[in-house]
Amino acid sequence: MAGAHRHLLVHAHSPIHALAPEAKIAATFLFVVGVAVTPREAVWAFAVDGLVILVLLAVAGYGLRQALARLAAVLPFITFAFLVPFVSSGERVDVLWFSVSRDGLWAAWNIIVKAVLGTGASLVLAGTTPIPEVVRGLGRLRVPAVVVSIVSFMFRYLDLIVDEMGRMRTAMVSRAHDPRWLWQAKPIASAAGAMFVRSYERGERVHAAMLARGFSGTMPELEHRRAGARDWTWCLLVPVVSISAAVAGFALT
Amino acid sequence: MTAALAVDGLSFSYPGGRLVLHDLSLTVEQGERVAVLGPNGAGKTTFALHLNGVLELQTGAVTVSGLPLAKANLREIRRRVGMVFQNADDQLFMPSVREDVAFGPANLQLPKDEQVARVAEALAAVEATELADRAPHHLSGGEKRRVAIATVLAMRPDLLVLDEPTSGLDPAGRRELANLLLSLPLTQVVITHDLPFALELCPRSVIVSGGTVVADGPTSELLSNTGLLAAHRLELPFGFDPRALGDR
Repeated sequence: MAGAHRHLLVHAHSPIHALAPEAKIAATFLFVVGVAVTPREAVWAFAVDGLVILVLLAVAGYGLRQALARLAAVLPFITFAFLVPFVSSGERVDVLWFSVSRDGLWAAWNIIVKAVLGTGASLVLAGTTPIPEVVRGLGRLRVPAVVVSIVSFMFRYLDLIVDEMGRMRTAMVSRAHDPRWLWQAKPIASAAGAMFVRSYERGERVHAAMLARGFSGTMPELEHRRAGARDWTWCLLVPVVSISAAVAGFALT
Repeated sequence: MTAALAVDGLSFSYPGGRLVLHDLSLTVEQGERVAVLGPNGAGKTTFALHLNGVLELQTGAVTVSGLPLAKANLREIRRRVGMVFQNADDQLFMPSVREDVAFGPANLQLPKDEQVARVAEALAAVEATELADRAPHHLSGGEKRRVAIATVLAMRPDLLVLDEPTSGLDPAGRRELANLLLSLPLTQVVITHDLPFALELCPRSVIVSGGTVVADGPTSELLSNTGLLAAHRLELPFGFDPRALGDR
């Protein structure tokens, strides 16, 4: 994840990079809520939301190709949406050479536009906030300390665990392990077991190291800049747009 | 003057009954630098984990600058004993070097400005000031080791305990580490099976074998005793002659 995240962060010094993480997380969450509750017929509301995301992506320093490539991450999750118009029942309409369900078309549109807008919003967050900052922001938003610690340790050790897994795989391949069929899966299963035990033991060693430096059960909060009125104002403007659009959508449709 | 570290009659067995330490006693004077030598499995790491109470005392007593190791003193003992673990990846667990170095001072509940000062001081002592904002898992082996030492220096310990500090270091990293440790005016216990490193750093050594101290004396003398070394699975690198270097 750390490795992946180095690629996720857009290296630029935009005003969005400079905002406090907790305000950005809250804004992303609320923006997505606004998008999610917008009635699907309010096409113009989605257009407004989309415009906001495009502007934010541009300000965050995303290039067009970069943004599109990352947006593509949403594709596996929405492929089934393309099938909905064909399998839904109800009134049929002709689109190009196909006869599809009108209701199904709306359902597909609903899923796709909301998924794409949600992904766009998280791209803005991920591109402008390093993971340690995200973790810190979650803590300030009163996410339970245990959850924050788990995310933080996961970030710290995932690289190490992935490396270890890679070395184990190399060791297996070097001894002519070439799994093709299901019944050859046993070594992989035992490697996974070994990984689990190793990670568990590492956990114990890390805990010992924490105790040695006076850890008493709660992670100390270290000094960092907290979100001020300016951070909140700028960040909350974004969900205000999507939620207003949703409300207007309800009123007009 | 009270000894920096006094270990008396320490015995320890892990659940399952394997006796790892057996009546181990060791006294380290203030300002001394002592190497604890021994083969793999001699109980060196288990011994180290007793010095700051990570492992609970079963038999025997440990005293750090006059303060006995007991539940009530654990916090102060852990401040006095700076423990540098064998694998730096186990020791550096925070998202950035700066936060990792601040972890100890924060646990001591020092005021924020004092924490910031401690971090700067500790990183400067190991010449790692420019690493402050890096993520620990992106550092090289030598850098990780130096930062790991900074994390305990930030607690201003009286006694530095290093478990296999040279493992995984290249020769240049090893030399830099030696220079760093020589520059620190602290009582040090260096646990290692790297005999030339012990000779370079520590005027005095003890050999731990079978969970107890079997020899205690000037490092150059112990390392010249080939029979003693052989009896406890210790070996000098090929061609290395401690007598040729003279006393340090």
